[in-house]
Amino acid sequence: MNQETLYIAPEELLVKMKQLKEVEKMDYLRSLTGMDWGTPEENDTQETMRGLGVVYHLESTSTGKRICVKTSTLDREHPHLPSVCHLWKGAELPEREVYDFFGIIFTDHPDMRRLFLREDWVGFPLRKDNNPEKENPLRMTNEETIDTTHIYKVKEDGSLSCTDRKLFENEEYVINIGPQHPATHGVLRFRASLVGEEINKIDVHCGYIHRGIEKMNESLTYPQTLALTDRLDYLSAMQSRPELCMCIEQALGVEVSDRVKVIRTIMDELQRIDSHILFFACLCQDMGATTAFLYGFRDREKILDILEETCGGRLIINYNTIGGVQADLHPNFVKRVKELIPYLRKNIQEYHDIFTGNVIAQTRLKGTGVLSREDAIAFGATGGTGRASGWACDVRKRLPYAAYDRVDFKEIVYTEGDCFARYMVRLDEIEQSLRIIEQLIDNIPEGSIQEKMKPIIRLPEGSWYTAVESSRGEFGVYLESRGDKSPYRLHYRSTGLPLVAVVDHLTRGAKIADLIAIGGTLDYIVPDIDR
Amino acid sequence: MFDFSIVTNWIHEWLLSLMPEGWAIFVECVAVGIGIILLYALLAIILIYMERKVCAAFQCRLGPTRVGPWGSIQVICDVLKMLTKEIFTPKGVDKKLYNLAPYMILLASFLTFACLPISKGLEVLDFNVGIFFLLAASSIGVVGILLAGWSSNNKFSIIGAMRSGAQIISYELSAGMAILTMVVLAGTMQISDMVSGQSNGWLIFTGHIPALIAFVIYLIAGNAECNRGPFDLPEAESELTAGYHTEYSGMGFGFFYLAEYLNLFIVAAIAATVFLGGWMPLHIPGLDGFNTVMDYIPGFVWYFGKAFFVVFLMMWMRWSFPRLRIDQILALEWKYLVPISMVNLLLMAIIVTLGWHF
Amino acid sequence: MEVTKKPTIKSIPYEEFKDNETLEQLVKQLNEGGTNVVVGVLDDLIDWGRSNSLWPLTFATSCCGIEFMAVCAARYDIARFGFEVTRNSPRQADVILVSGTITHKMAPVLRRLYDQMADPKYVIAVGGCAVSGGPFRKSYHVVQGVDEILPVDVYIPGCPPRPEAFLYGMMQLQRKVKVEKFFGGVNKTKKATSDEQQATSDHAVKEGKEEQV
Repeated sequence: MNQETLYIAPEELLVKMKQLKEVEKMDYLRSLTGMDWGTPEENDTQETMRGLGVVYHLESTSTGKRICVKTSTLDREHPHLPSVCHLWKGAELPEREVYDFFGIIFTDHPDMRRLFLREDWVGFPLRKDNNPEKENPLRMTNEETIDTTHIYKVKEDGSLSCTDRKLFENEEYVINIGPQHPATHGVLRFRASLVGEEINKIDVHCGYIHRGIEKMNESLTYPQTLALTDRLDYLSAMQSRPELCMCIEQALGVEVSDRVKVIRTIMDELQRIDSHILFFACLCQDMGATTAFLYGFRDREKILDILEETCGGRLIINYNTIGGVQADLHPNFVKRVKELIPYLRKNIQEYHDIFTGNVIAQTRLKGTGVLSREDAIAFGATGGTGRASGWACDVRKRLPYAAYDRVDFKEIVYTEGDCFARYMVRLDEIEQSLRIIEQLIDNIPEGSIQEKMKPIIRLPEGSWYTAVESSRGEFGVYLESRGDKSPYRLHYRSTGLPLVAVVDHLTRGAKIADLIAIGGTLDYIVPDIDR
Repeated sequence: MFDFSIVTNWIHEWLLSLMPEGWAIFVECVAVGIGIILLYALLAIILIYMERKVCAAFQCRLGPTRVGPWGSIQVICDVLKMLTKEIFTPKGVDKKLYNLAPYMILLASFLTFACLPISKGLEVLDFNVGIFFLLAASSIGVVGILLAGWSSNNKFSIIGAMRSGAQIISYELSAGMAILTMVVLAGTMQISDMVSGQSNGWLIFTGHIPALIAFVIYLIAGNAECNRGPFDLPEAESELTAGYHTEYSGMGFGFFYLAEYLNLFIVAAIAATVFLGGWMPLHIPGLDGFNTVMDYIPGFVWYFGKAFFVVFLMMWMRWSFPRLRIDQILALEWKYLVPISMVNLLLMAIIVTLGWHF
Repeated sequence: MEVTKKPTIKSIPYEEFKDNETLEQLVKQLNEGGTNVVVGVLDDLIDWGRSNSLWPLTFATSCCGIEFMAVCAARYDIARFGFEVTRNSPRQADVILVSGTITHKMAPVLRRLYDQMADPKYVIAVGGCAVSGGPFRKSYHVVQGVDEILPVDVYIPGCPPRPEAFLYGMMQLQRKVKVEKFFGGVNKTKKATSDEQQATSDHAVKEGKEEQV
């Protein structure tokens, strides 16, 4: 992706970033990546990109202009950078993630705690000179919950001062929801302070399924890294894996055949339908409508059958490869997809009958958890959540990839921003996905399904950021290569992390039952947040 | 119609010939108690099995099939398992109350269960304020729920218990009012009289519009009272893990589970008694031949048939609707059901006074 | 009384199951010392009850959880075996299906969940991650198989396992439950409590691995 790259020294970062935000209207922080560019040598300057730093990807929602900003500090003992989370609210959690992985302290950040790892973790795992295994054996002691967080400020002489901030007061009634809780969709943990049934404040704890995928990537070859993408957001496996493939293909300068592009698009949309049906099913389950849950799963199996026939997998599909796909379409594929389309149209009407039209469902969803367009952009809440708030953020329209430039579909945008809008966006998108498939299924071009690749793939030096629209938002890959057969740094823009960041914002003053509805309609997948 | 009082009187006479009256009554009490417990357990097993099959049918599934024909003895396996499962008391609980709570709930449902007129002459508790006693006894259950939540030393439990306290106490009002409406129509509070008064048409037919309204209100309130269906907030699985009985294991939990289903049956059975004529067969005035045929079907068959029909209605409700939120539940009760049932009561009083009923 | 238990599953021949040797070994252990007739019959009854009513805890950390949901749903319908009553409270569950990766941060939580369950309790390790760490074996934050922290009864490999594999694993567990003794000694893997765990973790690993599906 050809985009401008700026280097800004840490001292000027705040001023320049403010300028970018206010003058250039760069209001959407797409991605924030921590980097370790290695130990500085004697004669290094900051411009040679040494030391610990951060890469910001910004975009303007009004002009569509994109820019990449890099900054780094040479200090490895006490690295610190100014926080940008007062400019973009969505920077708060990623900055905590960078602190967790690289130990970079963000000054003036309101909540400088570890995000994923335990408080008693030693070292910072993604630093190149760190060997986390040795110092961090499996600890079976229960983790202590600490109610204070730290705020760091730069003193006049350049050193750091640390003040404590209390998260919850002693007299607050704090309940612990998760990590093992049926409504958190995995192992997310909320600590919620309650006043009666109403939620006063929520503190999110992530990391219960942090598997260190980004660190593992640094020692895997490129084809090997693909396998882990399916396991990030397992309901978008058909989207995140081609995304990494496309990023690598772009870096290599490989153009895949038309057939591959169309196949990828169809599979992408099948996966989206699958994911949205599962969203419907789980939301219904969370809200107590168990029967609707089973209806969703009944129809989902039909899609899985089609995927299984061609790809061999149900959930983790491992279908795309660098430069193509693994196997050609099954002879039955076209026929079965054509049967599926009318079947789904009929059953989606049934979903509307059993759940959408239900007065209880409507009163519970309408007007709860309203996210304004400005907040959606500031938090970077993309996907169905952003579109329900009136932000047309579909990457398929913004930056068409695969075969999306040749199909006609409508980007579903609602303006209410409440749970019901988020729910309707997804159900309407199923219909749009069916339309896309309808347009492509009859004219899948002939061609090879796999470009010839070298046995060992080495990428040229450089860095790339590409994105696709996964089932729940913009899924981006930041890839930095130093010419080796494994990436120097491979960072995924999690679709779920911004969604989790808005939970606290949306649930202020809401009831416990609303938390379930809000969490359900935000539709995050925890392994994708924790990576 | 076969009158079971012939049998009971005969047994009483026979016992009197063997022992003094005090002993005879004591023996009868014990026998009746055992009978009720057995029937209670049997009904619970049938109901749990029915729930699993009905919900499976609604959800395009099969439900239990492996144990016994059509999985029919599945619940017996569950009971065996629960009986041999470890019972423990978690740290920090109020032991006395924690152990007492399941029995409170059982007590409430036993007492109510004993009031049910299963067939002609088979009423266990039958006196002039029967309906009143029934309403009073059934509201003991909420004490058990509150105790369970409070004593468990668990934040989820206490939220569940508080919700259920608010919910059950509110809904008792409209359930009671709906029944009162029918009492106005029947003109008696004695359950046996109420049933025999329906020989010329069930109250839901004779009371026409207000009776129908009362029936619907009663179904909604009854569902809420047994914490089921769209009203299962106290144990809202996706919100509070298991609500007030989160900390109970083994048979402690088993009692809650049993009581839940029995309360479902009791609510349905009361509906069957008060609205659908109890054990009284379907009689259409004027069609004597038809009425005689109907009379050949034993009373308890009618009774269970009606009760299970209402149970089915309530299961249908449960498996179709999403859960309400606590403020919606209270709004539904206080803003809609209570005013409507008050007006309905008034309407019924007017109709009865003017003799506009059938 | 000679215990001649041959754990069978309705409509599937005994020979079609893998790893019958382990079960035969268990039966042999049962027979050592002999059993009273009444006690033996009671045992059979209880085992029959238990094995047909294994209520799982709703526990899932990642991908395998979705497949677990699929098993509970219409096509695979775990309810046929009487397992559909998934309990959210560990106190009321009988079996924990560890479906998904267990990370270092999650491990103490999982252990605590297991400790909160009432006896008899069983553990099924579902999927590559829970069996051995799976694709994340080299990670710095992943437990290398859940048998490091819990005594596992049945392993279900796969990434994620197909729903059929889930059912097969559950049936294997049923068979295992059927050769248990309730009265007069337990032949089941000794379950270490939380405090003993540190000391006996190696021990648990060895014992837990006895049934590899």
